[in-house]
Amino acid sequence: MSVFIFIDHTEGHVKKSSLEALSYGAALAAQLGTTAEGILLGTIASDPAKLGGFGVKKIHHAAQEGLNTLDAQVYARLIADIVTPAGEGVLVFPNNVTGKAVAPRVAVRLKAGLVTGAIALPDTANGFVVKKTVFSGKAFANIALNTPFKVIGLNPNAYIVKEGEGSAQIVSATAASPTPTVKVMSTKTASGEIPLTEAELVVSGGRGLKGPENWGMIEELAHLLGAATACSRPVADAHWRPHNEHVGQTGIAIAPNLYIAIGISGAIQHLAGVNRSKVIVVINKDPEAPFFKAADYGIVGDAFDVVPKMIEAVKKLKGLA
Amino acid sequence: MKILVCISKTPDTTAKIAFTNNNTKFAGDGVQWIINPYDEWYALVRAIELKEKDASTAVHLVTVGAADTEPIIRKALAIGGDEAIRVNADSHDPYYIATQIAEVARTGGYDLVFTGKETIDYNGSAIGGMVAELLDLPYISLATKFDLNGTTATVVREIEGGEETDEVALPAVVSCQKGVAEQRIPNMKGIMSARTKPLKVVEPVAAEPLTSIVSFELPPAKAGVKLVPADNPAELIRLLHEEARVF
Repeated sequence: MSVFIFIDHTEGHVKKSSLEALSYGAALAAQLGTTAEGILLGTIASDPAKLGGFGVKKIHHAAQEGLNTLDAQVYARLIADIVTPAGEGVLVFPNNVTGKAVAPRVAVRLKAGLVTGAIALPDTANGFVVKKTVFSGKAFANIALNTPFKVIGLNPNAYIVKEGEGSAQIVSATAASPTPTVKVMSTKTASGEIPLTEAELVVSGGRGLKGPENWGMIEELAHLLGAATACSRPVADAHWRPHNEHVGQTGIAIAPNLYIAIGISGAIQHLAGVNRSKVIVVINKDPEAPFFKAADYGIVGDAFDVVPKMIEAVKKLKGLA
Repeated sequence: MKILVCISKTPDTTAKIAFTNNNTKFAGDGVQWIINPYDEWYALVRAIELKEKDASTAVHLVTVGAADTEPIIRKALAIGGDEAIRVNADSHDPYYIATQIAEVARTGGYDLVFTGKETIDYNGSAIGGMVAELLDLPYISLATKFDLNGTTATVVREIEGGEETDEVALPAVVSCQKGVAEQRIPNMKGIMSARTKPLKVVEPVAAEPLTSIVSFELPPAKAGVKLVPADNPAELIRLLHEEARVF
């Protein structure tokens, strides 16, 4: 019973969330005493065999260039066709934009139990139980899967990438691609910026910053740390920042290693988007701000005073001052 | 054109999360229930807007749930929609729910199925994709914009660090998030008419859930914030580097 890992890529490179899924899948294969295999649709810039370093022995590769754009219906058919002959197996997807579109379709095709939002390796001692976050990060659920095929969507930044030596055997997946029904007209990416959902470090600003003209220090701190920038809902609603920076219950949910919240009070709706962060730092001049209850570190102070000093300290740390 | 909007009942965002029955059930007593925000603010409102643009459009709502979901369904009808269908079943798991919705969609001959991006209680983000596969239809997930020209939809969807614009011919399934529409407050007229709009109850089709919840857990309590004096932010940076080791 193999572990099959879907390799998601963009603009020629494999996404970080996919490398995490590869490492997770390889570890699961070791845990089950079986092998890990990759599934690659489309083309990447580097030699796919090198992905063997992440623990996959074999990669099923459908190299048609038309597969470089997502059509969830096409992907699901191809993936199901690749694994069906095995009769059973565990499929691992990154729970990113691609995984969210494709994994549920694959699960239906294979009549497989599906868990999206997994945060740890399955417990295979008695059955197959996968832990995921629920209630927008306020709790965990342990989900049992009993079907021959099982599909797991692994949350980004929930598993550390492990790269070693190794070369994967490439097997051509030659089944004809179904005709896509979704036509991609254009894409727009802010190049050079770290995508929020994959960022390990995030610096976020709220209404306490008083206006969009004050975001320079947020961007500077983020840039120095190699962090992505985010914001609270009122800031996005007021168009101070683009809506795709809005983290919260009805925005994006993230789970970075570090979340620095500046001038954000910490309403429950905001917390729901960031409570899976490993370390939360709160800078707020209101000592009663609810966010301090969810924080690991904090400064009660004026952001306009504190943040420039944080920037100076980071510069010194990085040998830039 | 017929649009089916999937509506789910979830606990209010500020609800206290607790479990009973040896941590196998969500403690729902005393909880304030709401329409899943993604369903209400984005999927439902966009469907209503499409109907406002073309009055011949029918907007139907579907919920898989017991009779206690009817107040939520009426709340949704108060915002808009012509009628609602309640599949009289507990929401056993995403596959089970999707099977019921797909059956309603198939029977009703809908051109477009809208879901919210995920529910705020189980965060599965799976229903739309499952329904699409069960109906063998195209699926675009995490839409931030939805426009229709005849029977061709132009959908902007979220990708890492940006957005992609797609075109797809109906019938199709689309999951919706922020950007697709703006939240609406129901007006008096809506609230009054919701009472008399048809709410049809149908029995579920036979289906097996493919997963089960073994138990729930609450996260360990946080240790409490370590405060650094405002006159020494450099100390915070030192702690993050040397103690927390986050950079």
